[in-house]
Amino acid sequence: MTEFIFPRSIPLACALALAVLVVVGLILPDWAMFLATMAFSKGMVALGVVCLMRSGLVSFGQGLYYCIGAYASGLMATWIGISDIFLMSLLGIIASGIVAVIFGPLLATYRGIFFAMLTLSLSMILYGTLSKMSVLGGTDGLNVSAPTFLGYHPEGRALGLSLYMFTCAVIVVYGGLVRTLFDSERGLISLAIRDNELRVEYLGTSVRTEIAVTYIVAAIAGGIGGVISGAAIGHVDPEYAYWTTSGEFVFVAILSGYFSIPAVFLGSVVLEIVRSFSNLYFPNTWQMSLGIFLLIVILLFPKGLGSLLSRSKKPEKKQ
Amino acid sequence: MSSENWKNTVKKTATKFAAAVAITGAIGVGAAAAQETFKVGIVTFLSGGAAESFGIPAWNGGELLINLLNQGGVLPPPYDQPGFGGMMIEAIPVDESGGATKQVQEFRNLVQRENVDAVLGYVSSGDCLAIPPVADELKAFTILYDCGTPRVFEEGSYEYVFRTAAHAAMDNISLARYMESRGIEANTIAGINQDYAWGQDSWADFVASMSVLVPDAEVETALFPKIFAGQYGTEISALIRVNADVVHSSLWGGDLQAFVLQAGPRGLFERSQVALAAGDHVMPQLGNKMPDGVIIGARGMNGLAARANASPLTNLLWEAYEEEYGVFPVQAPFRMWQGILGLKVAVETAMAANGGNKPTAEELAAAMTGQEWEAPSGLIQMVLGNGHQAIQPNAIGTTKWDDATGQMTLVDIEYYSATCVNPPAGVKAIDWIHDGFPGAVCD
Amino acid sequence: MELLAYILVDGLIYGAWLFIVSLGLTLVFGILNILNMAHGSLYAIGAYAAASAVGAYFALGGEAFPFGSYAAMVIGAIFVALILGPLLEYGLLRHFYGRDHVILVLVTYGVFLILEDAMKLIWGVTPLFVSEPYSLLGNVEFGPLYYVTYDFLVIAVAILVGLGVWFVLNRTKRGKVVLAVIHDREMSKTMGVNVDRVFLISFTLGVFLAALGGALTAPMISVSPSIGVNVIILAFAVVIIGGLGSIEGAAIGALFVGIARAASVHLLPEAELFVIYLVMAIVLVFRPEGLFQKTQARKI
Repeated sequence: MTEFIFPRSIPLACALALAVLVVVGLILPDWAMFLATMAFSKGMVALGVVCLMRSGLVSFGQGLYYCIGAYASGLMATWIGISDIFLMSLLGIIASGIVAVIFGPLLATYRGIFFAMLTLSLSMILYGTLSKMSVLGGTDGLNVSAPTFLGYHPEGRALGLSLYMFTCAVIVVYGGLVRTLFDSERGLISLAIRDNELRVEYLGTSVRTEIAVTYIVAAIAGGIGGVISGAAIGHVDPEYAYWTTSGEFVFVAILSGYFSIPAVFLGSVVLEIVRSFSNLYFPNTWQMSLGIFLLIVILLFPKGLGSLLSRSKKPEKKQ
Repeated sequence: MSSENWKNTVKKTATKFAAAVAITGAIGVGAAAAQETFKVGIVTFLSGGAAESFGIPAWNGGELLINLLNQGGVLPPPYDQPGFGGMMIEAIPVDESGGATKQVQEFRNLVQRENVDAVLGYVSSGDCLAIPPVADELKAFTILYDCGTPRVFEEGSYEYVFRTAAHAAMDNISLARYMESRGIEANTIAGINQDYAWGQDSWADFVASMSVLVPDAEVETALFPKIFAGQYGTEISALIRVNADVVHSSLWGGDLQAFVLQAGPRGLFERSQVALAAGDHVMPQLGNKMPDGVIIGARGMNGLAARANASPLTNLLWEAYEEEYGVFPVQAPFRMWQGILGLKVAVETAMAANGGNKPTAEELAAAMTGQEWEAPSGLIQMVLGNGHQAIQPNAIGTTKWDDATGQMTLVDIEYYSATCVNPPAGVKAIDWIHDGFPGAVCD
Repeated sequence: MELLAYILVDGLIYGAWLFIVSLGLTLVFGILNILNMAHGSLYAIGAYAAASAVGAYFALGGEAFPFGSYAAMVIGAIFVALILGPLLEYGLLRHFYGRDHVILVLVTYGVFLILEDAMKLIWGVTPLFVSEPYSLLGNVEFGPLYYVTYDFLVIAVAILVGLGVWFVLNRTKRGKVVLAVIHDREMSKTMGVNVDRVFLISFTLGVFLAALGGALTAPMISVSPSIGVNVIILAFAVVIIGGLGSIEGAAIGALFVGIARAASVHLLPEAELFVIYLVMAIVLVFRPEGLFQKTQARKI
């Protein structure tokens, strides 16, 4: 049964997922399509948190890359006038990749709460710096013009739909790549690091290198997420790097667990929906409803929503 | 029942019926419209740091005014028609907290899911910069009612977006003018402002204005504590140490209250002349904890300065607000009122032009462009940003506690006409200050 | 010289306040292994409770003996601890022990979200003031330095509370039991220690310290719902610098941050925002586990 829903072949699964998402997109009302675009782009960042979580590391500062991606594309749009979403994404990947290559190896020596706090302070330093720089709009941030798609300048619903399609394609491709990574030797080593990193070291693998690589993969996902969010919202500000933003990504990662990649995006959609409706219908108690929702999920889905979707309920025992 | 009585009864009934028909006929158009409602999304801080000083008082004021408008005939002309041109106003309050990203999503929800006819909101400058492009994309008529950053219409131009309050440059220009005209000694100045765009811009505007109006003024120190820091012991030490003639601050809300409470006992107010660019909104809460002799602005002729200027409209809303909420209205409800009244004027102007139908966003935008109307805070004129950005008169005063009434009052109030403290059309505020206010018309 | 004196005194006052608000956090982490994100909200609730208590005290004729308002503040904090401590530990946290570290952090994050709105429902959004206790003790003047005596009361309380907790933990039998629980939960249980009770009392003490921090701050500020958000980050930084779970560490960390911040405000105001992170980064680069954390043996 699970075989039927989740085909073993990754490309097949990706194609299926993309087809479903496209069909759904065609019938969604505008507001829901926008919500889905945002949820998916934030889901990309959460996917980065999930990558690290597999090695037992929790980044409370993934907003750093979300913000870098958003600003990199936003600034290029303002300064050079690039508005092509493909070019912007590439810029976001390069910018977040460079920063991650610098910090990844440094951070890879830290574990647990220290990794969490260091990532948090890195993103807060970016937040502080951006807030100070009036050239970049200070705390108010700057606007990003509507994205174009290889020379195609859509408007109105077509714009929302194009961005939605682009986002779907990105998450499906990146999700597929990450799945491939997870199933590869390197990905399995990540899991082993979570269980016991000393043993992994004894087996002759550099734990630091593994973590640094995972960190870079996570950062790039965050950067792309930032580019799409910035383009969808049309505005970037230092808030992207604030710790509560990063907290949300961790929330989604916990919500979905680290077994299933679709679950990450599903978790992100659930959070967006809850937030959107509770904010409108219980404006004075929306934080409370969010908090209660969070507690219920943690209590009822100990392994995240992903445990419901994961391909194999129990990790296979290696003989 | 005698026949005479019967006749009378018939007559009375007939008269009543006739009258009823006549009334119905007279407001025929209005009655048709009365079945319609005009949905306004009102976005302001219902939680978070800016809720108690801006969001909640503004929403309270807004709710009060909307109820009065829906009753009809309560407000003096030209605001005596019920609702907006006979349509009942339905307000949907939305919490502004959560940052610009979230607000763009909420804005889309309001327009695309709730199908509101207009959105009126936004206190935070970040939100005010993020919303306009989306509003234009969705062709949604939007009024920014509170935020201060001049960047909205100085850096961009939008078709469906209007701001019914003057931008923040006015606050600090007026403050500097007050220093100059009242001959306040200001050889050295120091500042304590929050470390974000609002605080940084306010300080920059103030320093620039002072360098034009009081050229001898020298800056001693500029402190930028984090927003919502709450603890100012160290900053107060630094301010006492430099002992400047004038201490400028654009702090607001809980931060300003904490600053006043902590600086008071340490004698800062005796050593330096403190000037609070937007300080009026903490007066009801602080009561006599606010020292005498503090120079205070209200971002417009709002609050106590408007009350002192007593127009019938101001008095009516002031008293209704005081009765309803047990506290006098400060700047936030005033800006909400001028926004809602502006929207009313725009809707009714558009309806007069289109024959009494519910106006579209295009018709509303056309009616609002370059519009002007009388608000409790004076005459609001949409003259900047191609008729999309308001200017309004301002007032600065000095605090004085009145023992007899047990209330804080403002004395030595100076009023500034809108053209005296706002740049002319097409000129950026900061350039206008640096050039020495060319073309300023002061009474 | 005058500048140096200013920096030292300002730093000491701020550091003392930081110590009080971080002590409960480090204590709860040390004993229960929970990084409590709701610590800031508990601080805010303490401030509200103290403000209400002082308000009630003066309303009931406390003018005759205004110094009683200090007792009212402490009683307010105790009240918060006695209600919320057991409610959160027994009613909620207990069900998550043994789950991942981060899960517990997220549970407390959920509590934080809930408490933020609960405060608004209980006390509304209008701020509360009780500045009487702040000015009651008058001012202190050392030459050019001019301070409010209350600031020094905060320093005294910080020293008292710090020494008290340290003494109980290290010099009493009960404290030794707690240390045993920290060292090895399971072993303590087999030796007949009522670990559940130790957790309950320790968490309640942590809540009390957070609430006390809020109560002491209440007279200086206008108490409004958002005051807790900033405190979390500050307290986190102090605790990380000092070493999670270490009382001495929290004291030194608070002092470090306090003085660094004071120096920055007086000398280089632009850098104030970064000072805390700078101190944190420097400490962590040289001592990744914080100043006072013993490096733990990695279990194979």
